[in-house]
Amino acid sequence: MSENRIAVTKTYKLYIGGAFPRSESGRSYPVVDHKGAFLANAAQGSRKDARDAVAAARKAFPGWSGATAYNRGQVLFRVAEVLEGRREQFAAEVAAGEGVAAKKAQALVDAAIDRWVWYAGWTDKVATVLGASNPVAGPYFSFSVPEPTGVVAVLAPQQSSLLGLISAVAPVIATGNTAVVVTSQDRPLPAVTLAEVLATSDVPGGVVNVLTGRTAEIAPWLASHADVNALDLTGAPESTRADLERAAAGTVKRVLRARPAEDFTREPDLARLRAFLETKTVWHPIGV
Amino acid sequence: MAAPTTPPPAQLPPALADAVRDDASLRRFLHGLPGVDQVGVEQRAAGLGTRSIKKASKMWAIDTAISMVDLTTLEGADTPGKVRSLAAKARRPDPDHPDVPRVAAVCVYPDMVGTAVEELRGTDIDIASVATAFPSGRSSLKVKLEDTAYAVDAGATEIDMVIDRGAFLSGRYGQVFDEIAQVKHACGDAHLKVILETGELATYDNVRRASWLALLAGGDFIKTSTGKVSPAATLPVTHVMLQAVRDWHTQTGELRGVKPAGGIRTTKDAIKYLVAVHEVAGPQWLTPTLFRFGASTLLNDLLMQRRTQLAGHYSGPDYVTVD
Amino acid sequence: MWEYAPAPESRDIANLKPNYRMFVDGQFVEGSGEPLKTVNPGTEEVLAEVSTAAPADVDKAVKAARRAYDRVWGRMPGSERAKYIFRIARLIQERSRELAVLESLDNGKPIKESRDVDVPTAAAHFFYHAGWADKLAYAGHGPDPRPLGVVGQVIPWNFPLLMAAWKIAPALATGNTVVLKPAETTPLTALVLAEIIQQADLPPGVVNILAGAGDVGAAVVSHPDVDKVAFTGSTDVGKTIQRQLAGTGRRLTLELGGKAANIVFDDAPLDQAVEGIVNGIFFNQGHVCCAGSRLLVQESVAEELLEKLHVRVSTLRVGDPLDKNTDVGAINSREQLTKIQELVESGDAEGAQRWTSACPLPDKGFYFAPTVFSNVSQAMRIAREEIFGPVLSVLTFRTPDEAVAKANNTPYGLSAGIWTEKGSRILWAAQKMRAGVVWANTFNRFDPTAPFGGYQESGFGREGGRTGLEAYLDV
Repeated sequence: MSENRIAVTKTYKLYIGGAFPRSESGRSYPVVDHKGAFLANAAQGSRKDARDAVAAARKAFPGWSGATAYNRGQVLFRVAEVLEGRREQFAAEVAAGEGVAAKKAQALVDAAIDRWVWYAGWTDKVATVLGASNPVAGPYFSFSVPEPTGVVAVLAPQQSSLLGLISAVAPVIATGNTAVVVTSQDRPLPAVTLAEVLATSDVPGGVVNVLTGRTAEIAPWLASHADVNALDLTGAPESTRADLERAAAGTVKRVLRARPAEDFTREPDLARLRAFLETKTVWHPIGV
Repeated sequence: MAAPTTPPPAQLPPALADAVRDDASLRRFLHGLPGVDQVGVEQRAAGLGTRSIKKASKMWAIDTAISMVDLTTLEGADTPGKVRSLAAKARRPDPDHPDVPRVAAVCVYPDMVGTAVEELRGTDIDIASVATAFPSGRSSLKVKLEDTAYAVDAGATEIDMVIDRGAFLSGRYGQVFDEIAQVKHACGDAHLKVILETGELATYDNVRRASWLALLAGGDFIKTSTGKVSPAATLPVTHVMLQAVRDWHTQTGELRGVKPAGGIRTTKDAIKYLVAVHEVAGPQWLTPTLFRFGASTLLNDLLMQRRTQLAGHYSGPDYVTVD
Repeated sequence: MWEYAPAPESRDIANLKPNYRMFVDGQFVEGSGEPLKTVNPGTEEVLAEVSTAAPADVDKAVKAARRAYDRVWGRMPGSERAKYIFRIARLIQERSRELAVLESLDNGKPIKESRDVDVPTAAAHFFYHAGWADKLAYAGHGPDPRPLGVVGQVIPWNFPLLMAAWKIAPALATGNTVVLKPAETTPLTALVLAEIIQQADLPPGVVNILAGAGDVGAAVVSHPDVDKVAFTGSTDVGKTIQRQLAGTGRRLTLELGGKAANIVFDDAPLDQAVEGIVNGIFFNQGHVCCAGSRLLVQESVAEELLEKLHVRVSTLRVGDPLDKNTDVGAINSREQLTKIQELVESGDAEGAQRWTSACPLPDKGFYFAPTVFSNVSQAMRIAREEIFGPVLSVLTFRTPDEAVAKANNTPYGLSAGIWTEKGSRILWAAQKMRAGVVWANTFNRFDPTAPFGGYQESGFGREGGRTGLEAYLDV
C-alpha cells in the first residue's frame, strides 16, 4: 500500500430507526480535536430529527421490550464482539476527541467494551434481583417485576465520549427501553461509530437512535416530548438542567439527574439500571 | 342419556332446550357455564356476612327464618315417638308464644312419613321425605324410584333426593340428569328438592354445574347437603346456588328454590343466609316457597333469640322446648 | 319487603373534640394560620375546628424534624427504631374502633371500610416497616443504605389514615424524619395518629403533622431544608411539585391519578367479575386513584354482564357512613360532588347512556348515586378524565389486542384489572398492561409487602415492599 495513499474519510451522520440520515435541517458542524484541528463534520441534529428519533424509538419499543431477556443479552453480547473488532478505531477517536494518550485511550475503550459486557449480562438477571414475590396477607399470589419505562432520552456525557456514552446507553437498553441519545456535543465521533456497530450487530433499528448536534438545542424538545418517558440529564449543560427537569414534569417523566463529576471509570452499581425501570405488581387469587 | 325417558317438565327456552338434547350437549353446556372464582365468592359471602341486622328487621328475619325451617330428623334411631314430638314442635314451635309462625315442613325418612302425616293432618305444614337411597345414593335407579314412590304414597308432599355424586364426578352428567328427571316424574305432585351434596363436589365450579343440571332436569329446589357429610351447607356454596336460581329465573322466568342444610345452628348464621337470599337472589326469594333451612337445632336458637328480642333481655335454653 | 333497620356505629366512640391542634416537635401546638373547620360530609355538620400552619410553622416543623434527624433518629440503630414503629402499630390496633369511626365521620367512607380496610391496613404498614428498620442492608439497595434526612409528605383525603401510614412508616423505618400534611378536608385521623406517636414516645420532632390547605402543602414541599418529598394526590399538583423541585436535587416520589381499565373477557368468572367491577369503582365512593373506572367488556358477554351489573349495583346501600350496612358513603366534599356532577353531565352531553341506581339518598350530606355509563367511547371525557367518584364508564372490545390497546390508551398508568379463566391470557394481558398494579380476577387489593405505584402520569416511585424503601434511601 502506498505511503501517500489518500484515505477515504468518513461521513458522520445521524442514526435514526436503523438508518444513517443527514440532519433533515441540512446542517452540519465541524468537530475538532483537543488542539482545535478539524476532524470531521458532524450532522447538527434538529428538533425534527429528535421527533423522528422518538418515533423510531417508540416503534422499536414493543419488539425490544417484548424480546426475551436472553435474546436481549445475546444481542448485546454480539455488540461487544463487534466493538472489540473496532477497538483501534475507537481508540483513535477517543484519543483525538478527549486529548488522551494512545495507551490511555485504549484503556478507556477496553473499559467501555467491558462495561458493555457487564450490562449485557444484566438483561436476564435484573428481574431476579429487583423483582419479588410478595407475601401478601391473603389468598393471593402477588409478584412484582421490573419493566422498562419506555422511550428514554439520554443526554450523553459531554466529556467521556465513549466510556461515559456506553455507561449511559447500555443500561437503558439492557433493561428493554429504547433510547434517543444526544451525543457529546464536541466529541460526537465515537457515538456515531458506536451507531455503526449497533447497525452491524443484531440490535433492531430504532432501539438506539443517535443525534449529534447542540445538546442545548435538542434537549428541550426531548424533555417536553409527550412520547418520551424518561430523561437522563447526565450530559445536560448545567445551566439548562433545571429547565429541562421542569419541561420533563409536563408529562411526569422519570428524570435521572446528573451526578456531579461522575467518574465513569469506577465500577458501576445498579443505579442506572434502576433509573429506567418501573415495578409492576400483579395479583391473582389462589383457589380451586 | 340417549333420549331422556322423561322430558323436563317446563317448556325451556331454545338455548336450554338445546343443552339437554343429548349427553354431549349437556356436557358442553355445563362446561360452558362461567367459572366461579373461589376467593371472589368467599370474599363476597364474608362481606355480606358483616351486615348488621337489628331491631324490627331482626324480628322479621327471625320469624321468616322460622317459617322456612324444614324441621329435620334423619337418624337411624328415629322412632314414631321422636317424629310425633317433632311434629308437635313444628305445629307450635314456642308454646308460650302462639304467634310464632309454624315451620315450613318436617323432614323425615320414608318410613316415618306415615307418622308425620298423621300428626300434621289439618295443618298446612309440608311433609318432606328424603329418598333415593339417602344419603349416599348408592343404589339402583329402580330402588331409588321405588323409594320415592314409597314416600309419596305414604303422603310426602316434598321429596329430598340425592344425586349420584359418583356419576357426576366421573362426568356422567346425562345419567344424573335422567335420574333427577325420573325421580321428578315419580314425585307426581310432590315438590322435588335435589340434594347436590356440595361437600363431595369439592369445587364451586362443580356446584354451579350440578345446580344447573338439577334445574334443567326439573328440580323445584336445589339443596346443598344431606347433613351427613362435612362440610355441609356453607355461605359461599349457597351464594353460588342462589346465583344459579337467579340466572335460571332471568333465562326462563321460572322461580326455583334453594335449601341449605346441615350446620346452620344459630340465628346469626340464619340471618346471614337470609341476607344472601335478599341480596344475591333477590327479595322475591324471601319466602318458604323458595327458600328453606334444613335444620334441627336452629329452630330453638331462633326461638330463644325471638324471646330475647321481645323481652329485651337474654333468654336461655331452658325456656324453649327440647323435642 | 325486608328493610334493614339502621345500624349506626356510635359516634361517641370517635372521642371527637371541638378543637384539634397541630403536632410539632412532640407537642400539640396552635398554628398561626387561619383555623379550618372540618365537615362531616355525611351530614354537612362541622365536626371540629383545626388550627393550621402558617409558613413560620412549616419552618418550625422542618427545623424540629432536622434536629430530630441530626441528633436522634438518623443515628439511632435500626433495631431501636423498629421498636418505636412496632409500638405505633400496636397502638393503632388498640384504638382501631375509635380511628375507624373518626375516619368515617371526617371522610364520609362507610364504617365497614374504615373498620375492615383502612385501619387494619394502616396498622399492617407500620408492622411491616418496623421489621425493615434493622434489615435495610438486606433490602438490595447496597450494603449501607443511608436515610435522606427530612422528608416532606403531602397526602390526599381519600384514605387519610392509611395514606399517612403509607408515608410515615417507610420513612421512619429508613431513618428519616417527617413533616406530614394531611388533606384540608380530612385532618382528624392524622392528628389522632400524632397522639399515638406521642403515646409511643417517639423522640420529639421525628414526626410532625401540620394541618392546612394546599398552601401549607406547597410550603412543605418547597421548603429548602426538606431533602425528599413524597406526594399522593392529583396529577396536576404532582406536576407542579415536580416543576418546583426541578434543579434542586431534592428527591421526589409521586403517586398520582389514574383511569384504570378493568378488562372482562368472555370466559371470565362473571359473577366474581361483577363483584370486582363493583369493588373497583364503588369502593370508597370511587375516591380511589387506582379505581377501575373504565370497564372494558368483550362484546360477546357485554349484555349479560351489564344486566348482572345493574342488578348488583341496585343492591348497593348508599347513605350514612356510620351505618354498618352502608356500602357507599358520602362524597368527601361539596367541591368533589360538583366535579362529579359536572363530569357526569358531560357524559350525558357526549351521548353516553346513563344508568343510575334508584337507591334512596339522604336529604342532607354529599351523596351521589352509583352510576354506570354504557355506550362510552374513548373520546369522551368520562373515558379519559379521572372522575374520582362512583361513576363507571363501560366500553366494549372484540379482540384481546383491542382490549389492551384501549386499556393502555391513556396518559395514566396506575392499575388495571383482568378477568378471564384462561391462565395464559392473564399473564399475556398482565404483561401488556402499562400499569403499576395489575389485578387479575380480583381488584383493589393492597398489602404492605406489595409495591404500589404508577407508570407515566400516574407518578413514579413505589410504596410498599422492598422496592418501596428505595424512595427513602440514599442508594
